[in-house]
Amino acid sequence: MKAKIRKIITFVEETRIEMDKPVNPPTRRAAAAAVIENPFAGNYVEDLTELMDIGEELGSLLTERAISALGIPGPSAESYGKAAVVGENGELEHAAAILHPKLGAPIRKVLGKGAALIPSAKKRGSPGVPLDIPLGHKDAAFVRSHFDAMEIRVNDAPRANEILVAVAVTDSGRPLPRIGGLTKDQIKGEDGLR
Amino acid sequence: MPKVRVRKRVLVIEEIFHEGGPRARKPLRRAASLAVIHNPFAGKYVPEIAGFMEDLNPLGLEMAQSLVAALGDDPRVVEGYGKGAIVGQAGELEHGALWHVPGGYAMRAILGNAKAIVASTKKVGSLGTRLDVPITHINASYVRSHFDSMEVGIADAPRADEILLVLVMTTGPRVHARVGGLKASEIKGEDGLR
Repeated sequence: MKAKIRKIITFVEETRIEMDKPVNPPTRRAAAAAVIENPFAGNYVEDLTELMDIGEELGSLLTERAISALGIPGPSAESYGKAAVVGENGELEHAAAILHPKLGAPIRKVLGKGAALIPSAKKRGSPGVPLDIPLGHKDAAFVRSHFDAMEIRVNDAPRANEILVAVAVTDSGRPLPRIGGLTKDQIKGEDGLR
Repeated sequence: MPKVRVRKRVLVIEEIFHEGGPRARKPLRRAASLAVIHNPFAGKYVPEIAGFMEDLNPLGLEMAQSLVAALGDDPRVVEGYGKGAIVGQAGELEHGALWHVPGGYAMRAILGNAKAIVASTKKVGSLGTRLDVPITHINASYVRSHFDSMEVGIADAPRADEILLVLVMTTGPRVHARVGGLKASEIKGEDGLR
């Protein structure tokens, strides 16, 4: 493995009640995050291929962790998202190199499908910075009930020469969706949008 | 006493491979189970609250069991534990103290014959407040390698009329423990201290 991983953290959230109303079945979402060494911290490096390859490795590792934390088969996942925080000696482009070129394909492989764009967020920050991972339906980006986000943070990461990379997966949308728009039973699934 | 109403459950699992030193032969794992419950005593001074401790026993057992499951379903791998609570602002610190008995009892029941007092902390807080849950060895409080803590929190809890309850279990010493003191191999196991 190219990624030098210091730690892996898995988060599972289950919402059973919202505004005193039971959520049945409970909505569940999971995020898996890896803290890795940033091979380019402190230097401007033109070729970011190494980080792109690391993204590919982390795509399958983190998605498998998140799915197994939810205890569901990959194809049962409903929405997904990805995000990264670069430590202070790194560059925003390092997060982009991990997230965009190669991370998506292995995520979709674990989930069986995933026609929709994987929503993403990135920033530079220090240990403990909160990360809001955007979420969208994996087969149709316009499914309004699944527009969401999951906040995670790791108190000791990213250190200055590290990158925190996270993938989030859910088995559901928001707890009590009622603002209309495309619903999941109306998905055509042709273009990843509707 | 009132029924325990759980709004949300969160599980966090950390797997730590190293912290700048040699890679651990067996990664340290720390897991935290969090539950957000309605505080039945919020907003007023209620003299008699102790009966609620018994009502919390089943939730404590469920949370302790979920930690053992998250760490591989074998209670024998658990070497450290701790617990804590964050009381929403319409409650009082004493409401957090209700967790001492059911939280501790639950972990001892699941772990067999754990002898050491369960380290604990609590405070009043708001949405997103972080709690550093202290951790000590399950059989001998003085084992220095196992003094640890895990920072936890939930972005949307506790609301004013809620309590956030936490249990934590770990599988070993700090990843690069080397400050001497009583070792786990030297535990006499008579008094829960040494």
